Parts: sequence; structure tokens; C-alpha cells
Amino acid sequence: MADQTIDVRYVAKLARIDLSEDEITRFGEQLGTIMTHIDKLSEVDIEGIEATSHATQLSNKVRKDEPVGGLKPGDFLQNAPDQAKGQLRVPKVVDA
Amino acid sequence: MSLASQSLSSLRRQLTAGNITSRDIVQDTIDQISARDGEIKAFLSHDPETALAEAEKADLSLPLGGLPIGIKDNINVRNHPCSCASKFLEGAYHSPYDATAVIKLRAAGAIPFGRLNLDEFAMGSSTENSALQITQNPKAPGHIPGGSSGGSAAAVAGDLISAALGSDTGGSIRQPASHCGVVGLKPSYGRVSRYGLVAFGSSLDQIGPLTRTVEDSALLLNALAGGDLRDSTSLDDDVPDYTEGLENGVAGMKLGLPKEYFTDGIDAGVRARVEKAAADLEAQGAEIIEISLPHTEYAVATYYIIAPAEASSNLSRFDGIRYGNRSSEADDILSVYQKSREEGFGSEVKRRIILGTYVLSSGYYDAYYSRALKVRTLIRRDFEEAFEKVDAILTPVTPETAPKIGAAAGDPLKHYLADIFTISANLAGNCGISVPLEPIDGKPVGLQILGPHLGEKTILRTARAVEALGS
Repeated sequence: MADQTIDVRYVAKLARIDLSEDEITRFGEQLGTIMTHIDKLSEVDIEGIEATSHATQLSNKVRKDEPVGGLKPGDFLQNAPDQAKGQLRVPKVVDA
Repeated sequence: MSLASQSLSSLRRQLTAGNITSRDIVQDTIDQISARDGEIKAFLSHDPETALAEAEKADLSLPLGGLPIGIKDNINVRNHPCSCASKFLEGAYHSPYDATAVIKLRAAGAIPFGRLNLDEFAMGSSTENSALQITQNPKAPGHIPGGSSGGSAAAVAGDLISAALGSDTGGSIRQPASHCGVVGLKPSYGRVSRYGLVAFGSSLDQIGPLTRTVEDSALLLNALAGGDLRDSTSLDDDVPDYTEGLENGVAGMKLGLPKEYFTDGIDAGVRARVEKAAADLEAQGAEIIEISLPHTEYAVATYYIIAPAEASSNLSRFDGIRYGNRSSEADDILSVYQKSREEGFGSEVKRRIILGTYVLSSGYYDAYYSRALKVRTLIRRDFEEAFEKVDAILTPVTPETAPKIGAAAGDPLKHYLADIFTISANLAGNCGISVPLEPIDGKPVGLQILGPHLGEKTILRTARAVEALGS
């Protein structure tokens, strides 16, 4: 059976990662093999089965609505690649 | 016998008797690393000054007072680097806070020590996917230590430190423990807070201990377990004393051998070791029962949809804006994301992000992701039904002993299929432990003992019985 093909270039765009031409080819082949294995799941009868998104069936867990201390801006900004005036600096997002 | 090569419980006895100090232990750990970690390469970094200063202030009245514990480099420790063995964060990130597991270790008197190597962002089972260094298996040089907590397992097996924390998303504590001949415990989902563990698969991840003995595993779980307001998936259930009842043995226990785990794909030597362990436990009064986990063959496929899907979402936070790498080639906001991620992530991380994005994308979501969540229910039910018949399940941890470094390069599916025996426990949320058996030609082999959700006491007691067989 031929391996499934994934449009790696398109998916990389969705994932916001640039890939080299070599990676696009290599990942395409490797992921094709992996998806062929994954297609095994199509033989399982899942009629009427509920999804498990979490291993424990917890419902919403809430705490009291009381303010507690958190990170200070300086703690956070020590790891920022670029900052100005106590804030993260990013390239221009909106054209003037 | 160096201090770093001893168990936590042994060190604790010597500390409280006044025969040694916490400083002696920390200094020995530092000395062992200087002498031998150049070969093993378990630690990415450590800070001797801070650790020695913390040793001076150790409170020996606490259960882990004055004992250094190694930390996998995806668990945040305030002011320590946290690189996840990725170029994305290397040299660019110091934790502004402690993970809850680290807060709890400190509250029990322990000293978080050093940063241990892993597969980048915990994605892998050999530690070869670390972007920073290749860790050797101290018990079998030239072979992988397993992964992703390979640095943690190698540090304990190599007698560099008595115990370490790892994280387990699909076997990442149990599998390296097996390959390195140490004890590795994955607690039940929700037993230990995930707050401050860099998220990979949020519905699968758990922090747990890698130790030299089963008793040490219980000692660490005592400190780590419990609910946390900062992790809404953590459980508030009472935390028992996990060291209590360890010596009770297995007489009268029902232990299951799942027939689907003993197929042709398993190495004959590994199989023989596991079957011998089962026979030995039977001789001690356990009843061995063949059971069936019929959806086992679908576990790898299910896991490699769910885990990459969650990873692709979790790793979107590494965008070049908030922390870590920002590409100097980028000239607009979109290229900041795209180029920073291209430069910062290694191949396996990119591959899993692409796979996860694909199975979540429009047109494929129902066929893959939704279907996998339903098969996950069937896998969970298999275990629920099995645990109506048995108290714990015995299996191999891996189909083979540790392969040579580089043996599976370029074949990710081969790596993924080797996770077959460990990933089901993550999908079902159960607890599991790897405990060493007699090595094969010097190479360690582990027995996996799986328990029901919150069945840690049962598997620790069983593991202790296995450990006692060898002593």
C-alpha cells in the first residue's frame, strides 16, 4: 500500500514554522509512513463510544475569587527577547 | 562507597545520626559530576554555590531534609535555567518561579539540584533528540539511556546523585529507568501537579521520581503528591504514606499478565526475565492470571495522534515574542513566528508539530483526532475491566534492552513502536512503575507494574517484592 501523502508545506504554514526544502521532503516521507500506521484506527468500531479527552473525569474545579500574588512584570521580562518601557516589544503589526 | 551512590533512605539515616552533613552529600554530588559526567553527560548544568548554600541551611527534621534531588530540564526551578534541551530556550531562559513539584520538594527539605538532559521538549525515547548533548547509558556505554528522562535515569544509574525528577507522557520515566537499571514511577494522572512542568501532552503528562530503590520512590511520592490550585487537573484525594506497607509482600495478590504484551515483537531474553519475575512472585503467594487488553494494538496509533495534537497546541507559545529565540532574520510579525520556530526547534519537535497540526486541521479532525479520543475510551475500559480481576498488571517496559546510540536514526516510526508497552498507562491515566530485573549480558531490563488509577500503594508494594527477590 502506498503511504499517505501530507501537504507538509501547507501544514507548516498553519503551524507557523518555516521548513527547508529538505525538511519538507523528509517529513513528507516519514509522516506518510506514520499516517499509514495510524490509519489502523479506521478498523476500530467506535459507534456509540464517547470521547476521552482527559484521563480523569473532572468537572470544572474553581477556587475562591480572591486575588493572590503572581509574577511581577520584571520577573517575566527578564526572559523577553526584546522589551521597551516595561513591555514586550514586537515588530509593527498594523500598517499606519 | 560515595554518598551520591547511596539511596535517599540510607543518606537520611546517616544525616539524622549526625554522621554526615547535607553539605557532604552536595559536595560529593558536585565532585562525582566533575569526575565522571564528562563521559556520561547527564547534567546540562548545575550551580554548586547555590546548592552548597542551601545545604548549609538544611532542616534535617523534614522528611527529605538536606537531600539533593536532580531536576529534569523541563521542570521550572526559580532562577535556574530551563532549556528543555532546545536551542529555542538555551541560554535565553531562567525560570521566574518554582514548579509546584519543586515547591513541595523544598517544603520537604530537599535541595533541587542541577538540570538534567532530555529529548528536546520531552519528545523522544532515547535522549538523542536533545539539541544540546548526547547522554550515555552508564550501565551500557555506547547505548542510549532511554528517554525522554534520559539525563535523570543516567544521573541516578551513574551514581552522580541519589534521585531525580522526570516527566512521563508516554513512558518517559519508566523506559529510561528500565534501560538504566533504576526505579522509575509514573504516578496516576492528577496525583502530582503539572504546574511548572513545560507542557507537552497536557492530558498525558505526569512528573515522577527516578530513584535507586522502591522505598526512595515512595519517599519522593509522599512529598510530590497532592492537589494544587494552580493545576485544575490535579486531584485533592488524600495522600497516604506511600512508605507504609511496602514490605507486606504479594501473598494473596492477583497479578495479571496481558496476553497482547507477549507477542513475537518482544526479545526472547526480555520475555524470559519478565516471566521469571512472575513465577517468582507466584512462588511467594501471588496468583498469576492471564488477562486481555484487546485494544493494545491501537495504542501507538492513538497516542501518536493525541500527543502531537496536544503538543502542537502547547508549543504555539514558543513564538519568538515572549521568551527564548527571536530570529534576527525576521522583519514582520509573521516571520518572527515562522523563522524563530524554524531556527529554535529540532527535527523531532518540528515533525510532531506538523503531525499534530495536520490531525487537528479542518477536514482531518474527525477522521483522526475525534476517532483517537474514542479509541482512548476503549483502551481505558480495557484497563477498568482488567482491574476488576487483578490488583496489578505485570509487563515488560520495552520490547528490547537499550539499543546502540544512533541505531534508529532517521526512522521515527521505529522509535514510536517501541513505546507500545508504556503509552497505554498514559492514555488511561493509570500509574506504573519500572523496577530492575537481572540484566541481560550486563544490560539492564525492567519489569513494569501497572496499577489502577490512584493504585500507587499496590504497585510500590509489588515493586518492593520484586526488588527483594534480587537482594
